[in-house]
Amino acid sequence: MGVGTRLRVNETRPRLLFQPWPLSLLGLSLLLATPIFVVFSSMFFPAGDIWTHLLDTVFARYVRNSLALMLGVSIGVLALGILPAWLVTNYRFPGSKIFEWALLLPLAIPAYIIAYTYTGMLDVAGPLQSSLREIFGWHYGEYWFPEIRSLGGAVAMLSLVFYPYVYLLARAAFAEQSGSVLEVARSLGSSRRAAFFRVALPLARPAIVVGLSIALMETLADYGTMQYFGLSTFTTGIYRTWNGLGSSVGAAQLSALLLGFVFILVSIENWSRKQSQFFNTGSRVHLGNAHKLTGGGLLVAYTACGLPVLFGFVVPFVQLVIWATITFDTVMSGDFAGYLLNSVSLAAVTSLLALTFALFIAYGRRLAPSFASSFAARILGLGYALPGTVVAIGVLLPFAWLDNRVSAFMLARFDLSTGLLLSGTAFILVFAYLVRFLPIAMNTVDAGLAKIRPSMDEAGHSLGLSSGKILRRVHMPMMRGSLVTALLLVFVDVLKELPATLLLRPFNFNTLAIRTYELANEERLADAAGPALAIVLASLIPVILLSRSLRQARRAPGEVSITQSMESNK
Amino acid sequence: MFANKLLTLAFGVLAAGLVSAAEVNVYSARSEELIKPALDRFTEETGIEVNLITESADALIRRIELEGVNSPADVLLTVDAGRLFRAEEAGILASVDSEVLRENIPAAYRHPEGKWFGLSLRSRVIMFDKSRVSADEIADYEDLADPKWKRQICIRSSGNIYNQSLLASMIEHRGEEATEAWAEGLVANLARRPQGGDRDQIRAVVAGQCKLAVANTYYLAGMINSGVAEDVAVAEQIGVLWPNQDDRGAHMNVSGAGMIKTSKNQDEARQLIEFLSGDFAQQWYSEVNNEYSVRADIPVSKTLQGFGTFKADTLNLEALGRHNAAAVRLADRAGWQ
Repeated sequence: MGVGTRLRVNETRPRLLFQPWPLSLLGLSLLLATPIFVVFSSMFFPAGDIWTHLLDTVFARYVRNSLALMLGVSIGVLALGILPAWLVTNYRFPGSKIFEWALLLPLAIPAYIIAYTYTGMLDVAGPLQSSLREIFGWHYGEYWFPEIRSLGGAVAMLSLVFYPYVYLLARAAFAEQSGSVLEVARSLGSSRRAAFFRVALPLARPAIVVGLSIALMETLADYGTMQYFGLSTFTTGIYRTWNGLGSSVGAAQLSALLLGFVFILVSIENWSRKQSQFFNTGSRVHLGNAHKLTGGGLLVAYTACGLPVLFGFVVPFVQLVIWATITFDTVMSGDFAGYLLNSVSLAAVTSLLALTFALFIAYGRRLAPSFASSFAARILGLGYALPGTVVAIGVLLPFAWLDNRVSAFMLARFDLSTGLLLSGTAFILVFAYLVRFLPIAMNTVDAGLAKIRPSMDEAGHSLGLSSGKILRRVHMPMMRGSLVTALLLVFVDVLKELPATLLLRPFNFNTLAIRTYELANEERLADAAGPALAIVLASLIPVILLSRSLRQARRAPGEVSITQSMESNK
Repeated sequence: MFANKLLTLAFGVLAAGLVSAAEVNVYSARSEELIKPALDRFTEETGIEVNLITESADALIRRIELEGVNSPADVLLTVDAGRLFRAEEAGILASVDSEVLRENIPAAYRHPEGKWFGLSLRSRVIMFDKSRVSADEIADYEDLADPKWKRQICIRSSGNIYNQSLLASMIEHRGEEATEAWAEGLVANLARRPQGGDRDQIRAVVAGQCKLAVANTYYLAGMINSGVAEDVAVAEQIGVLWPNQDDRGAHMNVSGAGMIKTSKNQDEARQLIEFLSGDFAQQWYSEVNNEYSVRADIPVSKTLQGFGTFKADTLNLEALGRHNAAAVRLADRAGWQ
């Protein structure tokens, strides 16, 4: 890998603050950040004595559990994600090509659903422990069995479905490291293992950190699993404060605190990424270079690649299929095709918009980097860590206000009430999705764009191309892999999204996730398996497309491919 | 000629749009599965279209508040009394004056000014493993704090509304101090950190993790009728104990409906609530979801009959809402997660 110069586009051309691009960029960022400002504004409202109560009783537990969870999931996703990524990019063994995409499959399973399935199997009343008791004549308490609904269990569940983020980014990073760097390391006497620890891993670190931060944000925002396991975290605390204690201000202030914490984390991450910026200039690994594994190495490879897929996908999938077969008659009840259509069209529209905006924002910042734009981007990035309901309220509040003002104005002026124009439509639902999921698209696109050397922009300009044309003709083809990744990650996330959909959807509008939730909420897990399975199957298609397109992007000559987030121009 | 036809067609469509069919918009905390069939029947009988959104009651109340005067909501359905109270407190409910509702629903189960109406009843009871506990070992909710049940009780999180209402009813009957002492005793007797739903507590009893569980009656009935062999086997081992039969009676909660103050379809909204208190809907609640009707003349479902007859707590249901926040704080202090 050649280490290039740092990106300094702003020095090659004069910075124009009042160009339309940076202005509309700032406008868009502010608009999408409205819900986040709404949350922060709660800081200025009195919350009564709620804080005295929280601090006296549960607050310490919320913080402790959330931190423990983050620590556990960090270890989990790193352990599950990095090694397989290294193995499938640098070694060949029977089935390695299958593992390359199969390792992404757990992305298709929502966290609360994997929690339901494992609880169904491993709980004290589940089939496994029941048969143990029956076979050996044991009674409860006479034998040891790990408690699935525990902090450790939650860490395991979340790690199993979130490790693909680390895997995806690490694999891209490893794949783009040119073989020559590793060869040099080896010719200097390093073993393969040493080359991994001393060269490949440090070079891939920024990409891995991006994957980790995505996984951690998902962890913080998770409500379903924690509530089901009876674990009090920051997010369950927000709900409890809002619903149980009836204090929406207190809940919003808790959310603001959560965001503040994430903001610090994100800043640290940015800072650490700035410390290591590289441009990819060398050639990539040729598949022919891959080392063939035998014997013990083979065993390691099958364990490292097989276990995440087995426990993250195959086992829960089979359990869902079993349940769905038992309840087949009820599975197809309700407007099943309608749910599917709603889910998929929401996901499609949102992912396209997210990609467009992410591209617009990332490119705008490349053209005219400024403190304001990078700060705005960082604020936007917070949405991903917010619990869906908090985002939903943050979206509904300003839009309903606006609708009511417009309606009042029209009534006074033209004696015509326009009612709610935007609230209660799919529009604000998509808006809320964007607030929540744009960060994931931005991260991915940013990373892809930053890999392209500024000399490309300069070459384009010298040929008389406009900025827009350079983006379309030069950058977009070069970063196709990143674009596809962004598109599909958002697509899958929207399919799985629940809380914002519940609160903001229009009348008579149901999705697969809602259907699953409502049945599971009535404790009819077996009945919920049908729609849950449909979510998994619908997400499988984009996951498979994703892995195929990544492979193609890698093979295509002359492309600087995929999601390597080695650096960003933040 | 063609343009003329097109114009006529366009006006026709426009007119049809303006004279739209009568409709009523429902915000429901009851899930689609457990309300839609009744609503469909209503449409069939009256020709009034029903539009439905389901979500938790708190979120729906917040949505109605934020939507303000232009909120499309006509009727709010909740699955517990506390949320009806909260909706009323938020000032989003209007009085409904209906002879039918006054006749159908006993005064104890509706708001004195008609701001909300109870539609179905559910009881939260003590359940036990018939093979290990005999019914005379425990009589009251208060006994759950008795140290003799140390590590023998399963109950779900205090984040759950049914537990909050149970606590609220105790606060009303016995005061906050006594209730907090009771909650502390209960927490000391828990077999495990609260987790899962009501059915999970029932299963844990049969698995041997605890001897007693606290759960709503319809969950047990649901397991009996689930058609899932394991659940049926579990449910058969469970005995139902009606608590506090010598004093206040078993704790009851109510699902209900209220009309929204800003409703633009007030007449249709009233008709819908009347329909939900009528014969068809009441029998349907009883049979499909195993709830008790608010009306004495509606038969109890076969499954529920198997649980026996009981004395119900006749507490003013508003108390459940009034004490809700106090109940949650008390649970926090007692360490009931």
